[in-house]
Amino acid sequence: MSSARRARDGARPPIRLLRNLSSKLAAIPMVLVGLGVFVGGTIWTIVHSFTDSRLLPRLNWVGFDQYERLWSTRRWLVSIENLAVYGIVSLVLTMCLGFFLAALLDRKIRFEDTFRTIFLYPFALSFIVTGLVWQWILNPDFGIQSVIRGLGFSGFNFDPLYNPDLVIIGLLIAGLWQGTGLIMVIMLAGLRGIDEDIWKATRVDGIPIWKTYIVVIIPMMKPVFVTALVLVTSGIVKLYDLVVAMTSGGPGISSEVPAKFVYDTLFTRQNLGQGFAASTMMLVTVAIILIPWAYMQYREKRQ
Amino acid sequence: MTHSISIKDLTLSFGAVTVLEDLNLDVGQGEFLVLLGSSGCGKSTLLNCIAGLLDITDGEIHIQGKNVTWEEPSKRGIGMVFQSYALYPQMTVEGNLAFGLKNARVPKAEIATRIARAADVLQIEPLLKRKPAALSGGQRQRVAIGRALVRDVDVFLFDEPLSNLDAKLRANLRVEIKRLHHTLKNTMIYVTHDQVEAMTLADRIAIMRDGQIMQLAPPAEIYNRPVNKYVAGFIGSPAMNLIPGQLDAADQQFDTGLGMSISVQGYEFTSAPITGPVWLGLRPEHVLSGQMAQTQPVQLDAYVDMVEPMGSDTQVWAKIGKQELRFRMDGQAEVAIGDTVPIGFDPARLSLFDKKSEARL
Amino acid sequence: MTAVTPRGAKPQKALSPRNIMLYGALVIFSLYYLLPLYVMIVTSLKDMAEIRVGNIFSAPVEITFQPWVKAWSQACTGINCDGLSRGFWNSVRILIPSLIISVSVAALTGYVLACWRFKGSEVFFGILLLGAFIPYQVLLYPLVIILRELGLFGSLWGLVLVHTVFAMPINVLLFRNYFVALPEELFKAARVDGAGFWGIFFRIVIPMSLPIFVVSGIIQVTGIWNDFLFGVVYTRPENYPMTVQLNNIVNSVQGVKEYNVNMAATLLTGLVPLVVYFFSGKLFIRGIAAGAVKG
Ligand SMILES: Nc1ncnc2c1ncn2[C@@H]1O[C@H](COP(=O)(O)OP(=O)(O)OP(=O)(O)O)[C@@H](O)[C@H]1O
Ligand SMILES: [Mg+2]
Repeated sequence: MSSARRARDGARPPIRLLRNLSSKLAAIPMVLVGLGVFVGGTIWTIVHSFTDSRLLPRLNWVGFDQYERLWSTRRWLVSIENLAVYGIVSLVLTMCLGFFLAALLDRKIRFEDTFRTIFLYPFALSFIVTGLVWQWILNPDFGIQSVIRGLGFSGFNFDPLYNPDLVIIGLLIAGLWQGTGLIMVIMLAGLRGIDEDIWKATRVDGIPIWKTYIVVIIPMMKPVFVTALVLVTSGIVKLYDLVVAMTSGGPGISSEVPAKFVYDTLFTRQNLGQGFAASTMMLVTVAIILIPWAYMQYREKRQ
Repeated sequence: MTHSISIKDLTLSFGAVTVLEDLNLDVGQGEFLVLLGSSGCGKSTLLNCIAGLLDITDGEIHIQGKNVTWEEPSKRGIGMVFQSYALYPQMTVEGNLAFGLKNARVPKAEIATRIARAADVLQIEPLLKRKPAALSGGQRQRVAIGRALVRDVDVFLFDEPLSNLDAKLRANLRVEIKRLHHTLKNTMIYVTHDQVEAMTLADRIAIMRDGQIMQLAPPAEIYNRPVNKYVAGFIGSPAMNLIPGQLDAADQQFDTGLGMSISVQGYEFTSAPITGPVWLGLRPEHVLSGQMAQTQPVQLDAYVDMVEPMGSDTQVWAKIGKQELRFRMDGQAEVAIGDTVPIGFDPARLSLFDKKSEARL
Repeated sequence: MTAVTPRGAKPQKALSPRNIMLYGALVIFSLYYLLPLYVMIVTSLKDMAEIRVGNIFSAPVEITFQPWVKAWSQACTGINCDGLSRGFWNSVRILIPSLIISVSVAALTGYVLACWRFKGSEVFFGILLLGAFIPYQVLLYPLVIILRELGLFGSLWGLVLVHTVFAMPINVLLFRNYFVALPEELFKAARVDGAGFWGIFFRIVIPMSLPIFVVSGIIQVTGIWNDFLFGVVYTRPENYPMTVQLNNIVNSVQGVKEYNVNMAATLLTGLVPLVVYFFSGKLFIRGIAAGAVKG
């Protein structure tokens, strides 16, 4: 009886939905997170950025009012400017420094593991810890400034965390310290992926090492650079903890960043509509960076 | 008795790409069938369909008279051996052999007997407690065969089981597989792109191309009477000479237009002879030279262009008029570039293909 | 003596100009990277009197562990003065379930995507990956609402859920890429041997995938331990993780600043990820390299 039934089952295609059932059940978290949280949450935020929600979200449409207000808020403008400056400088320096360190480590050196461990360990630390240490080192009364003045250079001034014009530099020093290790590792993996024979060939051709890097190696590592770029960029947009720990946005509002603006607007100033508009702008920024990249990836795949 | 495996109108597509189309194949009880074809022609795909590892798009598959089109792989009564051995690395050899049986809830004692028997047949008893990483390639493939063996199934599927082995081991295991088939007498489908394996192992060979079976026949038939130009060129090493030319049906004369003109009297036409462009196929080993040439119905003089001594025999690249022709001479024959050698062959051993359809005439 | 012995691969002399430049650069960079760790350690071992008169780079004249004790058990956040220990234990209570759940969910999802694709699974995966690029700020409030609806807002379990959600894209990618690279024939062999979805997962795939579990675990431990934003947003003050409490202690405006206690607290907070990092070494690197490069 049962074998007869099985024979019949084997002859007939199973119902579409039930085919691969365990797999579909196991995919439920992914579907919920993807559709429910990522897509649903994003749409929800965008929709509510067109309302006048304050303490609680509500659907009272006000068109682009929130955006107009946002772009006439000085604090937001400062945040955007800071993010742009920090972003560009940190991007360039992280990539250069990361590649430079990777190239150094790739020169068949001794103690490679030790050096790599040293360059990468800050990446294991949180931005809070990073920010607090550098806040201490950059402390004008006890830190670098005071030490150098103590050496006899009494006119020496370096107090980025207390100087609105320099505060971004303070953030950069800490941010680079924490983040370059990651890029170095990625670049190193890219360098290691390059065929040894390429090096032999350039050696035979008598091309100097620095030139080999620029003419041969870097062009070959384009995908690695792109990955690193995307990683760094998406990290920069999220910049928040470091600022909170190092400066709390100060002095004044000179080191505010968008992520902090959103948090403060949503949870301390309880101006939800404004916060949603600001976070939607962050999303737009990311999209502007990502869409060309995604398009590039897509086109490469099609070829 | 029903066929061991019977495939009806099988179609398989990956999205828009159709890999197999309306394929029909019947395999007899205890038959050793070899699927032979160039890379990417769909051999593995066909085997995976039979095993149930791919959901087919259309058609039916019957194994031992039972429709198993949508049956789970483990319930089809098949065992499978893969090119990469596919042994579970974290289990011992014994664990590998037992895995399928445990899943099928075979009693412990029974598992032990079957493993012992398989280990005996394949001579892998000393390896039972080892992990696959500690085995050589040949030993691994033996274990992989053992894994199919313990399942006590009617049908064995092999997907290029010997391709990862070096030439000598391959020859050894080939003989062993043949012996195994002789002892067990179960149906085997064996995928390869090695002609020697195909010719030596098969009861029948299916030559595949672009997801279709070109010819399904015993090895000798495929060798002697290929159904089309593709099969003719695919089988045989060195490859068959394929010479374009004009056939005249009336006086059964073939002319290349390059100074080679011969009579094909004695050729067994499968269809009515035609007058028009054809391919003439002549296997290098069917060309006789020297004294022997005089016994043959067709006799020519060949101008030697190039000589490749291989030890047991010598390959000669020659010209008849302006027509190139390759043939084989005895390894001891003394021949040098620039010589003119008398050659001869029997039109009965030729193949003629229509120029356009490439089908055998 | 040994320095002049020729060494197979490296024909250069040990003190060639090239080597001096190379190692010189490496050492200088090392100083930049090591400096903060050094400063943290020495500062945390001095007493306040010494800090006021001395130089932050100088070694402590008299080593004292008082700042460590104070940071651990007496430092104040607002009116609470029971030290960082509370934050530490909160972080542990957040970390363990988050780690287990997020890694399990990611492994299972990666397995589905690598071995049991179904119509549409790739689309969902694409959506999930997009999620990795959405700024957290966009999703902060929607998650508040979701957690509130589930009755989890403010609780540790709410935070566990948030960590699981945000960890999914990168970890699923990691597992999927690892599983895809496992030989496909192994998977076919297991199916012929009658193993099903779960059988193959537990008996074949997991035993072969220990390294990737470790890698994913490392990413999760450091990520969850170092989190600040989610801790602030989704928990109540009595459940604040260590990072949040640390920031509150160091950046509190009340009272006299005790830099030595602050640095001891900072070091304490960084200790867990540092230990993980130093012990996992190559696997940590492999994890971030794999997660990033293969992407
Ligand atoms: N999952 C898939 N998706 C799309 N196309 C596929 C897939 N698997 C196989 N193909 C295509 O189907 C065709 C047949 O593949 P198959 O593996 O059966 O070839 P094969 O005859 O076994 O070749 P080989 O001798 O190299 O093993 C190939 O062109 C291949 O590109
Ligand atoms: Mg194949």
